Amino acid sequence: MPNAIEARGLEKTYGRDVRALDGLDLEVPGGTIFALLGPNGAGKSTTVKILTTLSRADRGEARVVGLDVVREAAKVRRAIGVVGQKPGFDAEATGRENLELQAEIHGIVGASRRERVDELLEQFGLTEAGDRISKTYSGGMQRRLDVALGLVHRPQVLFLDEPTTGLDPEARADMWREIERLAREERVTILLTTHYLEEADRLASRLAIIDRGKIVAEGGPNELKSELRGDSVQVELASDALDGFDAVLDSVPGIFAPAREGRFLRARAEHGAAALPALVTALERQGIAVASATVSRPSLDDVYLRYAGRSFDEADEQRKEAA
Amino acid sequence: MIRLRHTYGMTLRYLRAIVRQPAWVAISLVQPVIWLLLFGALFKRVADIPGFSGSYIEFLTPGVVVMLAVLSAGWTGMGFIEDIQRGVMDRFLVSPIWRGALNAGSVAGTVISILVQSLIVVGLAVLVGARFENGVLGIVVLLAVAALLAAIIGSLSNGVAVLMRERESLIGIVSLVTLPLVFLSTTLMQASLLPGWVHWASRANPVNWAVEAGRSGATQNADWSLIGSRVGLLVLLLLASATFATRAFRAYQRSI
Repeated sequence: MPNAIEARGLEKTYGRDVRALDGLDLEVPGGTIFALLGPNGAGKSTTVKILTTLSRADRGEARVVGLDVVREAAKVRRAIGVVGQKPGFDAEATGRENLELQAEIHGIVGASRRERVDELLEQFGLTEAGDRISKTYSGGMQRRLDVALGLVHRPQVLFLDEPTTGLDPEARADMWREIERLAREERVTILLTTHYLEEADRLASRLAIIDRGKIVAEGGPNELKSELRGDSVQVELASDALDGFDAVLDSVPGIFAPAREGRFLRARAEHGAAALPALVTALERQGIAVASATVSRPSLDDVYLRYAGRSFDEADEQRKEAA
Repeated sequence: MIRLRHTYGMTLRYLRAIVRQPAWVAISLVQPVIWLLLFGALFKRVADIPGFSGSYIEFLTPGVVVMLAVLSAGWTGMGFIEDIQRGVMDRFLVSPIWRGALNAGSVAGTVISILVQSLIVVGLAVLVGARFENGVLGIVVLLAVAALLAAIIGSLSNGVAVLMRERESLIGIVSLVTLPLVFLSTTLMQASLLPGWVHWASRANPVNWAVEAGRSGATQNADWSLIGSRVGLLVLLLLASATFATRAFRAYQRSI
């Protein structure tokens, strides 16, 4: 199957110096759920805005279902469904009225419009609430209405910009099931952005990690994880004391790629179960008290750490502090 | 055809939003009544000024209709700002909707509600004794220029809203611009009684174009060449302002 989305060298700067995209390349195969994973401010939403014709890149080019997003924007808009990060539904209108207008925009009128709207209300569990003003909906219902609005015209590619941000765990699980169902039954290519590692892990058949406006790694979730050798080792220190720390790490065999953030030390080890006791003993011998220690198989967080050079949470924190 | 359907769909959306706020509907029905009666009472003695001809209520009625059009239509852009801040506008902008329908639909909603208000003013004026010289045709002329002017002001308000995207900025601009436009015209005062510079400025004022044409049609001996020229100017200005409002989206999309 040809690529549903292709982007080359996308660059975008806001104002003078806020560099949102810094040469982003992307290929999304048709028929997949593809996740764009990155912390807040990494450039996910900017990428979606450019691919959906809302915004324009300063440089680079992009095609969606083979159509140029700038020169053939009108055709692209017919082929895509977009669920933005901000709610897109009209809060003063009912769910049904929202869907009817969206159908009208896509040239679906008369009996086929009524049919399609009923079908979507049913599919998203909004049949009973369909004639209520949508601002009275719960958060999960509002998000489902947004997704339904993006699907009215049966798009070939669906963009979901942070579809579960702000939802409670139950609504999030519902949304995940719905996204999986869409990919399976409607065979729509889905590009979703997320800053939840577990969301990308659960939903995506392929994912790209985006950091500071660039793709830093790309592949299937398991493929990316298995590229990391060995186990993940994490030690929580009892205090921030650092004396002799580096020497300790060097002295323990089988430990590599160490990184420290505050009181947390993360590293990988060929055989985690063997390396961990040695590491803890060495630390204690140096008078560095250990609060807790764990060994795990590599997670996407480790993948992120490896490619972005900082952990996911830290990147998110840095972003929040900057903002 | 598609453009009409899209415009119709958007018009319906804005009208629905208006009708669903009963308090707003009530206020906008009472407002023209207050204006007509208040200004009618306040400026009653104007008719006694040497040089003023005719009854003041007949002079004032077209003025109040036009004033309503200007002051109500000024707020049209508030709907756009809400749509932009919520994310609704972005959904429309990534859909194949005809771009012109966004402004046209919103302005049509404003115009329809202003026409209802204007009819109330006209009906009330008849009740308090105003005579409409040219009957229904004259009233149609008055409503048509009010609608044109409302569409112009509404489009400008929308364009500014898309560029500013902040309620406070739009409120500031609308308050700054609309009242002086009303006062730099013959809305409340006959041309011969205006200070020279105000009279001079009024010639370039679209509000004055609308007042002149509306008044000539409704309560004076209709001067069709004056009405025709003023309506022509208003139509041209409407095309320009609607283009501005629709183009403003390009600037918006470049900035996000």
